[in-house]
Amino acid sequence: MGDFFVLAISCILINNILLAQYLGNCPFLGTSKKMETAVGMAMAVVFVLVMAGVITWIVNTFFLKMLDLEFLRTVAFILVIASLVQFVEMFLKKSIPALYAGLGIFLPLITTNCAVMGVCLINVNEEYNFLQALVASFSYAVGFGLALILFAGVRERILLARVPRPLEDTSIALVTAGILSLTFFAFKGMV
Amino acid sequence: MAKPLAQEFFKGLWDEVPPFRLVLGLCPVLAVTKSVENGIGMGVATTFVLVCSNILVSLLRKAIPSKVRIACFIVIIATFVTVVELVMQAFAYPLFLKLGIFIPLIVVNCIVLGRSEAFASKNGVFRSFLDGLGIGIGFTLSLTVLAAVRELFGTGALTFWEKPIPIFGPSYQPFSFMIEAPGAFVCLGLLLCIMNMIGKK
Repeated sequence: MGDFFVLAISCILINNILLAQYLGNCPFLGTSKKMETAVGMAMAVVFVLVMAGVITWIVNTFFLKMLDLEFLRTVAFILVIASLVQFVEMFLKKSIPALYAGLGIFLPLITTNCAVMGVCLINVNEEYNFLQALVASFSYAVGFGLALILFAGVRERILLARVPRPLEDTSIALVTAGILSLTFFAFKGMV
Repeated sequence: MAKPLAQEFFKGLWDEVPPFRLVLGLCPVLAVTKSVENGIGMGVATTFVLVCSNILVSLLRKAIPSKVRIACFIVIIATFVTVVELVMQAFAYPLFLKLGIFIPLIVVNCIVLGRSEAFASKNGVFRSFLDGLGIGIGFTLSLTVLAAVRELFGTGALTFWEKPIPIFGPSYQPFSFMIEAPGAFVCLGLLLCIMNMIGKK
């Protein structure tokens, strides 16, 4: 149990997927202008990432490894993620319309979110067992949501501030992300 | 309104240079630019995938049904990424180890998919080839510039062919903030600011 706790903390804070591993930065900058979209994206990522992490782990262990097809990993993983996203979208539309309305536009974007693919690859590269992969996927997703929501909060304030002309928009956002990343950097010595 | 062919190529070098003008594909940009060598390696790998997938998508643009086009593009891109992965494992193994998971992650690099969707699926083969090449070279150059700035200030040296060449001399205190994650964000933000200052009329 303690091991899982350490794993979870290290995935959420120390190796934060956005700010320490540099994965999933396009949606990080793209959806953080408003708190509402940031929360939507964070929820969608948690939802899909946990499923994708588990399914790609199963695919990798029971199909690719056994059949000696590991060189097809990239193709197999992206197909799994793309079809999973499509499937989740259809399922939500049918059975939980309220959640679908909330996540709607963010779901298709997740296919090209490198955080999802990245975590699946990390799970495999680190040779996690099933439970570890599950915990790691969930914690990475929580870390993603945490960083995204924090960042959206900061960015909403920046909108009100006077920013020098050339620094406007993306440029100031990147510098802000750097400072936020510095705070997460401080967790490095923890475990 | 067919643009001159040269323009398709050169727009990738300044007007639409990927990580700066189109804020896409940031993850590899931030992650691999710890040294110039990694930056160039990543740039070349991405350019190869970009050019090949642009050509193939453009060739198949009439055959792909528009409803499943994204899935088709992704399969095409993933195939070329696998090719790059295997070639690098065979001929540039140290670089492959350094770039790590960012090689398979070219699949989800929004630049590649973005060009397939926005350009190659609507234009002829030669134009798509030029577009892919231009954007690819622009991407490689930006990676190189960013990596050079970060490595120079972060370590005081530039690495070529695994040999560090000291630039600032032995008395320089390395500013290691630059080669860590926070430095990547700040550095890219400031470079973007400089580009805005030059670019805005």
